Amino acid sequence: MSLFTRASTASVLYDAPGPKARARYRLFGVLALIAIAGLLWYAVTMLSDNGQFDAGLWDAFQYNTIQQRIVDGLLATLEAFGLAALFSLALGALLAAGQLSDHRPVRWACTSVVQFFRAMPLLILIVALYYAFFAKDPMWALVLGLTLYNGSVQAEIIRSGVNAVPRGQGEAAYALGMRKNQVMAGILVPQAIRSMLPSMIGQLVVTLKDTSLGFIITYHELLFVGKAIASQPINAAGFPYIPVVLVIGPIYVAMCLLLTALARWIEARGRRGANRRTSAAA
Amino acid sequence: MGFLFEDDNFALFRDGFLQTIELSALSALLALLLGTLLAAFRVSPVPVLRAFGTTWVTLFRNTPLTLLFFAVEFGLPALDVHFSHLTFAVLALGGYTASFVCEVLRSGINTVPLGQAEAARSLGMTFGQTLTLVVLPQAARTVLGPMSSVFIALPRNSAIAGAFSVGELYSAQQTFSERGYSIFSIFFWVACAYLVISATVAALFRFLETRLAVAR
Repeated sequence: MSLFTRASTASVLYDAPGPKARARYRLFGVLALIAIAGLLWYAVTMLSDNGQFDAGLWDAFQYNTIQQRIVDGLLATLEAFGLAALFSLALGALLAAGQLSDHRPVRWACTSVVQFFRAMPLLILIVALYYAFFAKDPMWALVLGLTLYNGSVQAEIIRSGVNAVPRGQGEAAYALGMRKNQVMAGILVPQAIRSMLPSMIGQLVVTLKDTSLGFIITYHELLFVGKAIASQPINAAGFPYIPVVLVIGPIYVAMCLLLTALARWIEARGRRGANRRTSAAA
Repeated sequence: MGFLFEDDNFALFRDGFLQTIELSALSALLALLLGTLLAAFRVSPVPVLRAFGTTWVTLFRNTPLTLLFFAVEFGLPALDVHFSHLTFAVLALGGYTASFVCEVLRSGINTVPLGQAEAARSLGMTFGQTLTLVVLPQAARTVLGPMSSVFIALPRNSAIAGAFSVGELYSAQQTFSERGYSIFSIFFWVACAYLVISATVAALFRFLETRLAVAR
């Protein structure tokens, strides 16, 4: 019974089921299971009817060269992600410091930079950078675009984290005669980082997902490699688009889930701390 | 800057702008309906539906949108499913955004005070009635803030559709680049268009927030 009554946080929405309700839930469960199984069965038969499970289509993944290309693509994705993560965290810290500055011009400049890049579609930014400066080296267009966008978002996260530290903390530090730099570096930022780390890692997941935009500006990352494998008819069976999606999709999902798990772990560790705040990353 | 008003450039730009709005609006509608349904699944008393909702959200939130577009645009035709490019784009973008809408709504459902649902239940309301008449209306109001950032992100994400044969603002940018206009002035106009869309969505949500605000 505990399985049904207190399993999820929203379980107050329904009573502990009696015998009738339990029978009804079981009926709904079976019907839903049949519907989902039917949907899956339909998808699988559709795939096999169209020959997507033919060995010929999947042959490509047995070649060492193809496997090597997928690994290279994965490494290229991780390289762009690593650089973008590093730079965006640095830029975020810089912009957040500017937004929290006591000097009005600095504050305004940083706030307008943050607001502008947050409102810009990342793709438009990356493609503009690509055509304007990096036509020969798409990786830097991707990294710079990701840095500008995610750096702005990280700046907002850090700024709201610093503002969420209870006011008494900063006031007490000032009362002890600390200067603004000392208050920030010694008192506010360490507490803010602790409460904002899950959101920051959540934004890193977004960064990782957005590296796939490199596909559009011909940066040879995972998705681009997948498209290249799929669009060359190495075998007579046709273009293995669906096999490529079924191979590459899980790689992306696994990488993102690993990062999310890290965020969860850090959040669970920090739960005992005060003023824990997280915001949804979109 | 003036290139926009030469030749037929303005018509191209306007069509792209309208197409972006159409694509965003359709995807937003799909995302809202599907997201609400998924949120209802995720809090329902039927474990199978809960598992379905969780799986959907986990899969779609952790897949890059570009890969989703790729799967829909190249995968479905291989299965002999043929829609227009716009429909494909709406499916990918709507399905992706639905997972975010679901998560936001679910966090809203958790903020509705316990007493509300308990009172509804003690009046004899069923799960469906409790959810649709009592809990969801209150949850939707409390999550307008996070919801606005989801729907401001949606038109920005819709730019990716341009790379998959939908003739919207991104493809207008591509065409202008190919015609050899200065990249900075192209970027300026496209940026303006997106800023207008973002600002409109933000203003809409601010209006909703003031209209729907309730004293708690």
